[in-house]
Amino acid sequence: MSEWPILSAIVFLPLIGALFILAIRGEDEIALRNIRWTALFTTVFTLILALILWSGFDPAAPGFQFEEKYAWFGLMSYHMGVDGLGLPFVLLTAFLMPGVIIASWHVNRRVKEYMIAFLVLETLMLGVFVSLDLVLFYIFFEGGLIPMFLIIGVWGGPRRIYATFKFFLYTLAGSVLMLIAMIAIYVHTGTTDIAEILAKPSTIPASLQYWLWLAFFASFAVKMPMWPVHTWLPDAHVEAPTAGSVVLAAILLKMGGYGFLRFSLPMFPVASEFFAPLVFVLSVIAIVYTSLVALVQEDIKKLIAYSSVAHMGYVTMGIFAMNKQGLDGAMFQMISHGLVSGALFLCVGVIYDRMHTREIAAYGGLVNRMPMYAFIFMLFTMANVGLPGTTGFIGEFLSLTGAYLANTWVALFATTGVILSAAYALWLYRNVVFGPLEKEKLKSITDMTWREAAVLLPLALLTVWFGVQPGIVTEMFNSSVNALLTQVQAGLDAAAAVQQAAVQ
Amino acid sequence: MDTIFLAIVFLPLIGAMLAGLFGTAVFRYAGSAPPQIAVHEDDDDGHGHHHAYDGPRWPMMLTTGILVFVALLSWYAFFDVTAGNVYKVTVAEWVRSGKLVATWALRIDTLSAVMLVVVTTVSALVHIYSLGYMAHDPHQPRFFAYLSLFTFAMLMLVTSDNLLQMFFGWEGVGLASYLLIGFWYTRPSANAAAIKAFVVNRVGDFGFALGIFATFALFGSIEFDTLFAAAPEMAGKTVPFLSWQVDALTLICLLLFMGAMGKSAQFLLHTWLPDAMEGPTPVSALIHAATMVTAGVFLVTRMSPFYELAPLAQQAVVFIGAVTAFFAATVGLVQNDIKRVIAYSTCSQLGYMFAALGVGAYGAGMFHLFTHAYFKALLFLGAGSVIHAMSDEQDIWRMGGLFPYLKKTWAMMLIGTLALTGFPLTAGYFSKDAIIEAAFAAHTPMGTFAFWLLVIAAFFTAFYSWRLMFVVFHGKSRASRETLARVHDSPPVMLVPLYVLAAGALFAGWLFKDAFIGEKAAEFWGKAIYLAADNDVMEAMHHVPGWVKAAPFVMMVGGLALAFLFYIVAPSLPEALARAFRPVYLFLLNKWYFDELYDRIFVRPAFAIGRFLWRKVDQKTIDGLGPDGVSARVLDVSTWASRMQSGYVYHYAFAMLLGVAGLVTYLMVRGG
Repeated sequence: MSEWPILSAIVFLPLIGALFILAIRGEDEIALRNIRWTALFTTVFTLILALILWSGFDPAAPGFQFEEKYAWFGLMSYHMGVDGLGLPFVLLTAFLMPGVIIASWHVNRRVKEYMIAFLVLETLMLGVFVSLDLVLFYIFFEGGLIPMFLIIGVWGGPRRIYATFKFFLYTLAGSVLMLIAMIAIYVHTGTTDIAEILAKPSTIPASLQYWLWLAFFASFAVKMPMWPVHTWLPDAHVEAPTAGSVVLAAILLKMGGYGFLRFSLPMFPVASEFFAPLVFVLSVIAIVYTSLVALVQEDIKKLIAYSSVAHMGYVTMGIFAMNKQGLDGAMFQMISHGLVSGALFLCVGVIYDRMHTREIAAYGGLVNRMPMYAFIFMLFTMANVGLPGTTGFIGEFLSLTGAYLANTWVALFATTGVILSAAYALWLYRNVVFGPLEKEKLKSITDMTWREAAVLLPLALLTVWFGVQPGIVTEMFNSSVNALLTQVQAGLDAAAAVQQAAVQ
Repeated sequence: MDTIFLAIVFLPLIGAMLAGLFGTAVFRYAGSAPPQIAVHEDDDDGHGHHHAYDGPRWPMMLTTGILVFVALLSWYAFFDVTAGNVYKVTVAEWVRSGKLVATWALRIDTLSAVMLVVVTTVSALVHIYSLGYMAHDPHQPRFFAYLSLFTFAMLMLVTSDNLLQMFFGWEGVGLASYLLIGFWYTRPSANAAAIKAFVVNRVGDFGFALGIFATFALFGSIEFDTLFAAAPEMAGKTVPFLSWQVDALTLICLLLFMGAMGKSAQFLLHTWLPDAMEGPTPVSALIHAATMVTAGVFLVTRMSPFYELAPLAQQAVVFIGAVTAFFAATVGLVQNDIKRVIAYSTCSQLGYMFAALGVGAYGAGMFHLFTHAYFKALLFLGAGSVIHAMSDEQDIWRMGGLFPYLKKTWAMMLIGTLALTGFPLTAGYFSKDAIIEAAFAAHTPMGTFAFWLLVIAAFFTAFYSWRLMFVVFHGKSRASRETLARVHDSPPVMLVPLYVLAAGALFAGWLFKDAFIGEKAAEFWGKAIYLAADNDVMEAMHHVPGWVKAAPFVMMVGGLALAFLFYIVAPSLPEALARAFRPVYLFLLNKWYFDELYDRIFVRPAFAIGRFLWRKVDQKTIDGLGPDGVSARVLDVSTWASRMQSGYVYHYAFAMLLGVAGLVTYLMVRGG
């Protein structure tokens, strides 16, 4: 228990920054500058707070830390706390946001609303990973989509309306079911407090677990996204502005995985075990299918979006392997994907800002004019391919190991992803960066600016650093993952005991 | 000693990073436009003579200096280790997840020490050679950075203490190979070859990765010491794999061998190696002849405690090795590109090594790896000298009669050829003959099968090697007058490495035969190689009948004689033969049609399926039934959109608030 409510401070600081920006009047240069700098400072301060949080975090303790709890409407409460499963995402979000703001420096349409949208989005995203109350979680989880809709719908590309609509339709379906499931949990346990529900092994009867699991699954599977509810993602990415894509890929997609770890596994262990084969099948399809689809894409962002779906397939597979390596791998893969896919979308943004096209065929030979860009893009391409020494490898390797221990068929098919990912990622790189520089329009393209490098170089450093020393990350969630496994096992044992008793 | 090993492995990395990041253009043009010259380079044909290099010289000097230093250290370490010392240097922890632990560590025993000297020596010589070969290339700092990066990854591979670090090195050399094959990135063929190399290697790595999973599942560890100690208990144990119960060690060995097949370009996964010749020739010498491609041989030798207990896997290794040796030699007979002939030769020689490992003669396999590194690097660098002299011509039929112009290069190529074909007392004579004898001495059906294939391959080897020599250096010249006017021997910076390698090709066999395969072998290898109790092939190979010992020599002479007949005495014969047996000739010329076959059954279907899944399943079916279908029924998207730009955001917010309100109300009613 800390003395001051640091979690609330982290979560709501961006909102306060947004209020400040709201107060800035005028449309002139000075006002715009103030808006941008306010946004940047806010996100940097949030990052500093998050780092303070990390320094005070005890990785050996599996439970929730820095808890804050105030009663609200009688039974539900304003309850926040962070454990090893939430902290990495808090840090990831706080770390990425300053970069996102810097990468949006040149946005000049509705700057004020733009920055406000991103800051509100940051608050809502951070809230998801620290909420310890079902209602609070629901508000943050679903609320986060509203600024995202706006970001795509207002600052997006030509087909932004279609993309937003698709995004909306998918998520709506999922969220309604999740809401009903939450009510059911409350009815059964008599509380909305997540920490309280998780304090003891799940007692929800197996028959109910199946339904609740499916309801949560509907919501999380859309978020991940898992095959076959993934088709909103490529469209959303293509139409979203660069910064929107970065947030979407790096953080919003992780909410599904986080949800599985926070709710599905500990609360519905019997159902998780029962449905694991289903998740395996969907994950393997996601990995193989979307990799093949990525192979034939003509749009850079779509290719990376499909590659994201494939990479999230490793996450769901690792989670439902329900063993140490699988869970560690899934957690690491999510962090890694956050860094790498975010960086890849930033890389696309760099050339999109210059050429205003995402068509692969419009590029070629960039290395001749953009050596730094070629270097950075190569690094992230390799991380995306899962080259050992980058973060991409650790997540893939651990989740595949976990899958192998659970089911060798799954591991066999999922491992083909390492071949396919190499094929589509290197194909993309060759067509965009290598080759002779022949296209007239490209002949005057300039290399990355230091502002662009300032966003990408820290990501590059972390990608390699965590790839060589993943312990920095795994240490954070190690004991929480262990506790989760114990919890799941206890829940399974309890269910087995109940069944035993029923038989006798 | 620890410091020495750390220096050997990590100095090349430091060199690569300094040269690669600060010697190249990476950070030079940030935020500005690079000079326009780069754009007008429409004929960046690599080491063209037209544009001189005017950048900094230090990256080349630094990386080369480091490698020479590291090579000297390695030889020092070699003699220390082979005197009976074993070292283990733990650098840091890498991965820890439950029982799965992998450390960054350097494990130095005789096996690693042999690889250390091979890798650093050839790498240092290739660095020096490249100072001359790449002297005009505008991107040479990048080239040297890649070379050093490769060396680092290869050293990590051979000093690894667990399977995961080996995999790191394994994929690291793959990356370096990819970057170097595609070094001249404006050439479409180079880019295609680079991707092919990486992806085909990944097919092998797919097996390697599964092998690591299977190992961990069985042993609960991936560290060599634990694995090797526990291996005997696991002999004969079965594990479930897919839907079957299979022998555990056989499974692991076969999966790991799949990785070895990819990296070492063995039959079925060999297709990338000939294409890899798109890279600059020094790269071919270092990576695609002497070192990286031998990683598979190293892997199998390192895992000898497993293979010795998995006879079925050993049979597979013999089979694939022997078939590769034979297959690649047949293709080498008719190739017309000087580098491709040598590339197929490499492929074939790697097959010899695997055949040796498979029959349990690890010492012989490693011995051939050791000697092959010298004479094959020599041949490649010699070929590079020829290509350099001929203004980038690689077709042997546009050469001929070069002997008077390139006497020194000719002499070097001659030494390489003698060693490769196993001329008595040269390096290849000791190592290759040992393999053939070991295959015979195995006295198994598979061993005998391998013996005959290897003997025939020895005949082909002699033929294609001498064919190359005769067509390139002798007879009438077919090169243009202008080209010939410019032909001259290479500068000393390129010739000196050739001399050093030539010394290796001549004497490495004779000097080291006792240690690697002779009386001192048991002492030399120590615990680095495990031999099953009943494995006496290393002894039996010295006691084979006389005709077996003579067979390789006879084949060598026969191949030489036939080549002499075909290309010196009666140059019209081969053409007549090719015409008479046209299908056979085409079959060989087209490399048994593997590329075409793989294109039909893997590459094109993958793209076709991808397109089908995208257009028909994603867009037609999923979207059609899902969002598009729904929208079509509820409202026409476009009218909805035009009516309110992002109207449904409010709908969504409203729906969500409604939900929250409902929930809160419910809670209050229930709770109150």
